[in-house]
Amino acid sequence: MTEMKKEEITKYIVISSDKVLPSDAAMKIYESEFPVTVKETCFGLIVSGARDDVETLVEQIRQLDKNHIFVKDRGFPPGDERRCRASRGGGPRPGFHFLREEVQMLPAIGAALDELEAKECVIEKRKAKCRLKTSDLEKVIEEELSR
Amino acid sequence: MSFLAKVFIYPINSLILADMVERFGHKPLTMMSQIREKVTSLSLDSPPINITPEDPKLGLKYAAIEVPAGVRGRMALIGPLIEQTEAAIIVENPPTDFGCVGCNRTNELTKYLVRSKGVPVLEVKYPESDEEARDFVNKIVAFLESLPKEKPGADEKAKDKEAAEKEDKK
Repeated sequence: MTEMKKEEITKYIVISSDKVLPSDAAMKIYESEFPVTVKETCFGLIVSGARDDVETLVEQIRQLDKNHIFVKDRGFPPGDERRCRASRGGGPRPGFHFLREEVQMLPAIGAALDELEAKECVIEKRKAKCRLKTSDLEKVIEEELSR
Repeated sequence: MSFLAKVFIYPINSLILADMVERFGHKPLTMMSQIREKVTSLSLDSPPINITPEDPKLGLKYAAIEVPAGVRGRMALIGPLIEQTEAAIIVENPPTDFGCVGCNRTNELTKYLVRSKGVPVLEVKYPESDEEARDFVNKIVAFLESLPKEKPGADEKAKDKEAAEKEDKK
């Protein structure tokens, strides 16, 4: 029992995407049929469950728009009375302020990651051109001659 | 999931840093994982007071008895993370330091301990514009990619494990 409890983890999925909404990500999780708890929030989702399930799901969700979906751990489980606004009389929960500040910076971070990925693609393509195999060269020559 | 290196991040609860470190295959050392152990532990008998009598003793390892109790309490959580640190990313001038990371003396002590540990440390400024964000991301990515891809001794450990398994089968 203790072992099972230790394996429970909670993660924030913060969505800063033009293509994916928190509700889309939540639907994707419901479709996956993993036994996890999902809570939709203004900035994304809170997912809680067994470590393996949550990590697999988070990776699937991240792939929806990988440079604009950000993930971090959360210490408290969702709805925990020590943090939940419902039991604390409203107002932002402790820890939300810094998250809100970071969420404002996410579009710029996402754009920078996009740019970085595009650059890597260009570099890879150039490398591929440099390493032209003789067999490929033969094919090109044959194609040209057959015209 | 196997990680390449354990990377300490400051601010210790940063979403951006934790995500980027994990994105590039390393393990972020964050306050959240420490908090999880505290608040979900079945042995804890007095929530929401999550500090047990053992914690201030742990904190004494990093801060003297004259130092405010809050610093020692925080260091009881942050200190063990610093000990595991294999690399660190420190962001200067983060816009807000609220809640558990709102103690400047703890933050100064944390940064001092990380810097004096002798591990690779990247120090960057918190971005405030798109261009700064680009530089911020590029620097962090370059730093994370420069970290060792294989842990020293990992192969030996794997070999030892395999040998032990073979012996067990015999």
